Amino acid sequence: MITFMNNSDSEDETCNERTSLMSAESPPIPSYQDGLQASEAGEAQIHRKRHAGSSRSPNNVADGDMSDSGVRARGSALENEDEELTLKYGAKHVIMLFAPVTLCMIVVVATIKSVRFYTEKNGQLIYTPFSEDTPSVGQRLLNSVLNTIIMISVIVVMTVFLVVLYKYRCYKFIHGWLILSSLMLLFLFTYIYLGEVLKTYNVAMDYPTVILVIWNFGAVGMICIHWKGPLQLQQAYLIMISALMALVFIKYLPEWSAWVILGAISIYDLMAVLCPKGPLRMLVETAQERNEPIFPALIYSSAMIWTVGMAKPDTAARGPSQQTWDAAEDEREKHSSPSHSDSQILETRSPVPSHPITSLEEPEEEERGVKLGLGDFIFYSVLVGKAAATPSGDWNTTLACFVAILIGLCLTLLLLAVFKKALPALPISITFGLIFYFSTDNLVRPFMDTLASHQLYI
Amino acid sequence: MTLAVFFGCTFIAFGPALSLFLFTIARDPLRIIILIAGAFFWLVSLLLSSLIWFIAVKASDPRDEALQRGLLIFGVMFSVLLQEAFRFLYYKLLRKAIEGLVALSEDGCSPISIQQMAYVAGVGFGLMSGAFSMINLLADALGPGTVGIHGDSQLYFLTSAFMTMVLIFLHTFWGILFFHGCENQRWWEIAAVVLMHLAVSGSTFWNPLYVGSLVPSYLLMAAAAVWAYLLSGGSAQNLRRFLLCKCLVKGDGDLSGRPWG
Repeated sequence: MITFMNNSDSEDETCNERTSLMSAESPPIPSYQDGLQASEAGEAQIHRKRHAGSSRSPNNVADGDMSDSGVRARGSALENEDEELTLKYGAKHVIMLFAPVTLCMIVVVATIKSVRFYTEKNGQLIYTPFSEDTPSVGQRLLNSVLNTIIMISVIVVMTVFLVVLYKYRCYKFIHGWLILSSLMLLFLFTYIYLGEVLKTYNVAMDYPTVILVIWNFGAVGMICIHWKGPLQLQQAYLIMISALMALVFIKYLPEWSAWVILGAISIYDLMAVLCPKGPLRMLVETAQERNEPIFPALIYSSAMIWTVGMAKPDTAARGPSQQTWDAAEDEREKHSSPSHSDSQILETRSPVPSHPITSLEEPEEEERGVKLGLGDFIFYSVLVGKAAATPSGDWNTTLACFVAILIGLCLTLLLLAVFKKALPALPISITFGLIFYFSTDNLVRPFMDTLASHQLYI
Repeated sequence: MTLAVFFGCTFIAFGPALSLFLFTIARDPLRIIILIAGAFFWLVSLLLSSLIWFIAVKASDPRDEALQRGLLIFGVMFSVLLQEAFRFLYYKLLRKAIEGLVALSEDGCSPISIQQMAYVAGVGFGLMSGAFSMINLLADALGPGTVGIHGDSQLYFLTSAFMTMVLIFLHTFWGILFFHGCENQRWWEIAAVVLMHLAVSGSTFWNPLYVGSLVPSYLLMAAAAVWAYLLSGGSAQNLRRFLLCKCLVKGDGDLSGRPWG
């Protein structure tokens, strides 16, 4: 089974490669079978597409779903082995996602705690027109709900627009949109960020230096994201972009609206990915029909995927790891759309149209990675950033939300390993995050403060 | 307060735990997951105990000092008991996980043993407990102020850091002891862990008389360390061999693999 060759660089004993997420059910060990279309099963991937422009289209797609049909046709024993092999990579993939999510959150929290700019209220976006400066609580709640409705509708509209564009193969439009969004993120927002950081630390920098720095940063970013670049550099850029977008959200979303939006968007995510007529699900299915990777530019990929051809030679058009970028984060101004030009760049290896039953092609190195959409990064970071931005300055709340989100991500990946289809990455994490934010801020904080004032330890 | 205080207290409190993490946990993804899940369980236990305390406080008269103090004591004790209860729940969960891992593995051996899980779970509990106790203090240590200007102890930050460190260690050892007790049905080990935890938390009521809280806690930590070491397969010979840098003879019992007997 070529696709399951372990090319992990773990130097631990073989037992480690069989680490898996905790699962209650243990399927019987199936017999080893060659040619099992297990690669897609092994690719536990959560995609989240984010459209640029105003819509967040939470899009979670299991990559390689196209091969799933082949798997299912082979009976349960094979599926058991699929499941086993999938779970073999579970723990490692979880950590491959923990690290960038943690990094993004650290950047956001560090910025929020040090740079005053992102916690000052300087107006609102046009997508949240209702102000929260009302005297009564009921009015404020109503305004935040209305803001949420407007925001979510904008997102839905943008998602549907994107699906329509994709359906009618307007790739150039999508591509151009994407480039425009990433330009804005990489240049304008970075410039603002740099300016604010310099202001905070009272460091003087002349314009030529700024131009040089921003130009280089932005140009390299564009190349890494839209074309080719070292994987780690690309991942770093995606993390930075997600952090910048999250900071924009934290700054411009009013207090209560932000929380209601977070809740609403996880519900929307759930529906858009799981309902049969959900836009994201349609997106996934369309992409599967065409055997194209789905919006690779909006996804963070943790590893390069060199696809090995399975029984279907077209499945080689996968592995969008390198050009993942998320343009959708600029929901405000941009109307970026996921780029489909990536599909041309995808074949990093020629597809080997193997007949999987007995042939073992030359061992193609395959390091299957996990994919997480950039929108997930953004909303996780928004939650943790808002927890860090609370006026009480409590760090326990931030830490609690962080742990809650990580556990939610872990559970989501576990479900992914079990169900092997596209799953929304937001609901569980955001639910945990919200529960822990409100309970830690209101219940745990007084308790811990009282304990600390008496220097008691539990 | 200064950066020196900040860094000093950070490394006192979290240095050993961080090294434990880096050397033993960071390489293995499964252990990291178990660590974070352990932290989550501790967090949930804290949440529930804070809820109870909060309800009790809101239902009582805020001006009655003695009552508030009594409620605080009750809150602390209840929190300790709840933490141990959640440690037990986590043990149950990890047992199930081991069964799943064994069934999924090719050669019938789980990639991680219950003892390793006990250790990692203990570190998870300890790190979260220490973080919740210490992080706000560290953040304040960066800002302006004078410690103890109103007559309180001037050693507040330092003793908090030491207390946090000992608590992290204790949680680690308690994890090992507790899981061993659950595995081998030795209920007195579990009871000992609970009592030790209550004792340590109770001793902090002596603060700011630090000799009454830090010294017993460190003594208890030493005792727990020896006990956990012995339970994990350590012995005096092992220790001597380690200290004299002799290589361990295979099968002689090293810390990681020997099953509990």
